[in-house]
Amino acid sequence: MKSILKFGGTKRRTYAEQKALWGFIYVLPWLLGFLLFFLIPLVSSLRYSFSSIEANASGMNISFIGISNYVEALTVNTSFNRTLTTSIVNMVINVPLIVIFSLFLAVLLNQRFVGRAIARSIFFLPVILASGVIANLETTSLVQAINEQNAGGAVSGLGTSELTRIMINSGVSENIVTYLTSAVDRIYQIVSQSGVQILIFLAGIQSVSPQLYEASKIEGATGYEAFWKITLPMVSPLILVNVIYTVIDSFSRSEMTKLIQETGFTNFNFGLSSAMAWIYFLAIMVILLIITFFISKRIFYQE
Amino acid sequence: MIIARLLSPESWKRWLWTVVRLVLMAGLSFVILYPILQKISTAIKDKSDLYSPIVVFIPEHYSLDNFKQAISIMDYWHTLFNTFTLSAMTTILTAVSCAFAGYAFARLKFKGSNLLFGGVILTILVPPTTILIPIYMNLKDFSLMGLIPLLTGKSVNLLDSYWPFFLTSVTANSLKAGLYIFIFRQFFRGIPKEVEEAAYIDGAGVGKTFMRIMLPNAVPAIVTVLLFSFVWQWNDSFFTTTYLTSGKVMSTQLASLPHNLSIMLEGGVATNKDPFYMSMVQDTGILLAILPLIIIYLFVQRYFVESIERTGIVG
Repeated sequence: MKSILKFGGTKRRTYAEQKALWGFIYVLPWLLGFLLFFLIPLVSSLRYSFSSIEANASGMNISFIGISNYVEALTVNTSFNRTLTTSIVNMVINVPLIVIFSLFLAVLLNQRFVGRAIARSIFFLPVILASGVIANLETTSLVQAINEQNAGGAVSGLGTSELTRIMINSGVSENIVTYLTSAVDRIYQIVSQSGVQILIFLAGIQSVSPQLYEASKIEGATGYEAFWKITLPMVSPLILVNVIYTVIDSFSRSEMTKLIQETGFTNFNFGLSSAMAWIYFLAIMVILLIITFFISKRIFYQE
Repeated sequence: MIIARLLSPESWKRWLWTVVRLVLMAGLSFVILYPILQKISTAIKDKSDLYSPIVVFIPEHYSLDNFKQAISIMDYWHTLFNTFTLSAMTTILTAVSCAFAGYAFARLKFKGSNLLFGGVILTILVPPTTILIPIYMNLKDFSLMGLIPLLTGKSVNLLDSYWPFFLTSVTANSLKAGLYIFIFRQFFRGIPKEVEEAAYIDGAGVGKTFMRIMLPNAVPAIVTVLLFSFVWQWNDSFFTTTYLTSGKVMSTQLASLPHNLSIMLEGGVATNKDPFYMSMVQDTGILLAILPLIIIYLFVQRYFVESIERTGIVG
């Protein structure tokens, strides 16, 4: 190896240069698209949000009006504030549930048991089914609602009320109880949104070296201890990845998206719509920054 | 001896855990499969079973009327063909362009490539709604930075055609493409450098190394990206409704199915608009729309589940 390096003294740089050149060529298509379909639209969206736009036969009139679009979105528009808060609150509620749930399932799916292959393929099914238009339509099925009524609530009424009483009686805070029971009630929603996250965690768990588990077993650690002392620290970087992914994934389901689209394409108020989109984007960025700040302190990196 | 071991608390604990795990897995699998089973049972029901109190899952009268109805309203075969072409086209182009970009970001470092990779992360983070309107305007009067008007005199309207999908996927900027670039980059970073160096010493250039050495090794990543991209394109209604206003694609057809159905029912018999019946046909429509995906999943899931573990998403 050393002799090759020595031999390649001059040749090596040209190889590096060659690689840099090809690297640029390979990135070029993406770069063009990035400029055309991302950066320029992003900048013009920012510009639109500060202007009033009138489309007429001769084209578009864009005139700068300062922050009045933002003011209108936040103070005049009737549904914006409500939609923004609900979608962000929903997101904040769902993210920890989804991440914890998918970590738990990934640990389970990593164990050996009969029917593991089947279980895995069922749990990744939501990756395929619960996205886009199908997820939207699924919630509106009348027949399903009626059937659940007829069947005496085979799925919906898993009897969380009993559990609630037990937990409240045993002195658990009421807020926590409602949070948990609402999680149980929305189990389908949570399961269907955690397909990709399970995949990521599973991949992470499998990349943990088996020696660690062996050593801990010899030292007498139980499976429970092994989870907290080995699995969790080792996959902790992925918790951040998954949190970010879950937040991003919630865009597509958000009511906000619908409102922005409606304002833009039904009412043709492009300026207001862009201002809304930017407020939404900034709100999410703030949340992501806060989450990253708190989580990244606790992450364990091997290096 | 054996009995003593069977009765020991250790084995009890293990058995208990096995049972708990089994129940949990079965329950959650049921939760996932329940809507699909429900849809299947609704779809094969006859209209007369709809109000029958004794029919919950297994219908008394089987009928394929719902399928016929949904197929005719959705223009199913035509739509299926359109959707398949569209998804397959964008999937393949996206995978190719993202593989190139991902490889370059992983191994072919040049000045500023880290900065550009920051751009990739940015495309993942910005909600598509933020840039939707300018993209829409841009495509409506597509000028390619003033080039096309120079040649033909006026800009072209690319909306309502496959061009937006083609252009964005060739340039690795289609739906969630940032994620695919990320996946490829992480995967290529995991392939040992020595492999590449050996190829170089044997006289392969950068292009040949990529084509002959790296890509064949990247099958897991490719399968993952292909599946994700195909499925998400298939289900996407966000971009499709914007780019393709009148094209018949599965997601738009599905979104407008309730509307079309009510028009058709009103056109026929005046008071035939039964909401439950409409919901029934809608369920059938959803089932028809996801059926191709489920069939594809059945074939690729083995590779998929295996491959994801080696994709190095984890990095």
